[in-house]
Amino acid sequence: MNLALRDIRHQLGRFVLTTVGVGLLLMTVMGMGGIYRGLVDDATFLVDRVGADLWVVQHDTRGPFAEVSRLPASLEDRVRAVPGVTTARRFVSHTIQREYRGAALRMTVQGLAWPEDRGDWLPLIAGRRIEAAHFELVADRSLGLALGATLHLGHDRYTVVGLTSGMIGQAGDGMGFFTCSDAQAIQNDAGGEAQRLERAARSTRVEEADLGRSQPGLVERAAGASANLPVLPQPPVSAVLVWLSPGADAVQAARTMAGWGDVSVYTSAEQRALLLAGPVDKSRRQIGLFRILLVSISTIIMALVIYTMTLDKIHDIALLKLMGARNRVLIGLILQQALLLGALGYGIAWLIGQRLFLLFPRRVLIVEQDLLMLAGIVVGISVLASGLGVWKAMRVQAGEVLS
Amino acid sequence: MNGLAVEAKDLRKVYGHDNTEVVALKGATFTVARGEVVALLGPSGAGKSTLLTAVGLITQPTAGTVSIGGVPVVDGPRELVDVRAFRRQHIGFVFQKANLIPFLNAVENVQVAMEINDVPSREARRRAQELLDYLGVADRADHLPTELSGGQQQRIAVARALANRPSLILADEPTAALDSQRGRQVMELFARVAHEQGAAVIVVTHDHRALDVFDRHLEMEDGELRGA
Repeated sequence: MNLALRDIRHQLGRFVLTTVGVGLLLMTVMGMGGIYRGLVDDATFLVDRVGADLWVVQHDTRGPFAEVSRLPASLEDRVRAVPGVTTARRFVSHTIQREYRGAALRMTVQGLAWPEDRGDWLPLIAGRRIEAAHFELVADRSLGLALGATLHLGHDRYTVVGLTSGMIGQAGDGMGFFTCSDAQAIQNDAGGEAQRLERAARSTRVEEADLGRSQPGLVERAAGASANLPVLPQPPVSAVLVWLSPGADAVQAARTMAGWGDVSVYTSAEQRALLLAGPVDKSRRQIGLFRILLVSISTIIMALVIYTMTLDKIHDIALLKLMGARNRVLIGLILQQALLLGALGYGIAWLIGQRLFLLFPRRVLIVEQDLLMLAGIVVGISVLASGLGVWKAMRVQAGEVLS
Repeated sequence: MNGLAVEAKDLRKVYGHDNTEVVALKGATFTVARGEVVALLGPSGAGKSTLLTAVGLITQPTAGTVSIGGVPVVDGPRELVDVRAFRRQHIGFVFQKANLIPFLNAVENVQVAMEINDVPSREARRRAQELLDYLGVADRADHLPTELSGGQQQRIAVARALANRPSLILADEPTAALDSQRGRQVMELFARVAHEQGAAVIVVTHDHRALDVFDRHLEMEDGELRGA
């Protein structure tokens, strides 16, 4: 006869309510773990997905995910000349926040080195990849943009031609994929007045220089669009991604590029490590500590629940002792209830979490490894929590039945 | 084991110490034979329950010895056997309140006493049903204690006390919560069990209306036992 189950059956309503409470608490622990995983996964997602062998970034910087990195677009051609390099592509990434249909729209703008990279690697769920050099974007569905929707960014209107799923930037914002030139245009967009003032200032500087006075045509050119001035550089890129041929010596290639003096070179693993050690490190540690706090609170609450359940049965425990029940019968009664409470609470946490976490604004990533670890923690908590109840039960004297 | 179910010698029990010292038992000596039903009488505070709990291995005596079924079990505060195991195997208890486990139904309350004593579940269930039948409450087997009358609860408690075929049954005012008719029925039940199953029964009681049921009376007053 299982005394634990019979006691639960007798107080089913109360046990169910307690279990739901414990379940919600465990769901919070599970959710914090998921937020932690989501944070790490979002941060490293692009690095993992792009799959480049090397990341070439501005000298002495940690790359575009950690800080501002600006490189001349022409670096791409220089990199291609390094032995072992098969492909080099510009990488442009920045975050914008604009208003869209009366609400704030935050987007990680990601540049594709079109036409070499048309976004074939993107996980499209609707629409198509980018087919034109300008004014098209592939948006992640988390941005809430419909296929065919148009977005006004700077002077231009962009049409959503494709939708992806799960393409989230390190800050948790959905990604929008544009051609690199469009991404740069969005990044360097200046208002009409700002452009007019810049042209006027440029003309004044040329007029005041000897060269401008001797060659009036230059003043006229200086008053024109920046893109038409060959003396001005192309907008910078954030990084250059490098793919090496099979068997190529990555260390040697990286050493060659790093020797140029104007760039730093990282492998994908190093870029990933920099990401985790940099922008997401504090959030990661904060969530980790909060998770430890939640586990501790869960242990205390479960211990109190089990202790209260034991106190409710104290007379029955004394009676069982009087009848000669061995300690293992009494420990089994308390421990089984604690484990059942933990196991059912865990199940409830998982079931509710599966549905609820989808509604969270940032990704809550529940992975099997974390589920197994939490299951182990729940077993540990249950055993630990039952300790207080067992301690109380062991102290009860059989004679208390008579009092 | 000899023919004596219980043999207590010079049992003393002192609560507290120095100024707060209370002597509850003053050298009680008595024997009870197998199949004998003994009433333990006396006013409140006379030490009846203390004597019962000392013999039942619930309270440690300050001095004196107790043997049950010829086996020395306590010598003063020293336990000579595993008292919990000994209670499980040899002693049945019935109290003023039935003290049934509220989350078990009638048959389970009897069954659990046997399962604690390592009787297989199916065998324990069968015997529990038999005991309920023997005590006339078989039709209440599936009812929880809250669904039973006081008399029915007390019968279940008696069935539980009998479950492991104890050599000694100790009852502390088992009829106090019952009307006189049901009280007498319970006393007669003890006598029947003692005579049919050979168990010794010691019953603490204030109820003088059913004294004719008992084989012998022991009187206690101020911690001293008379009539032993």
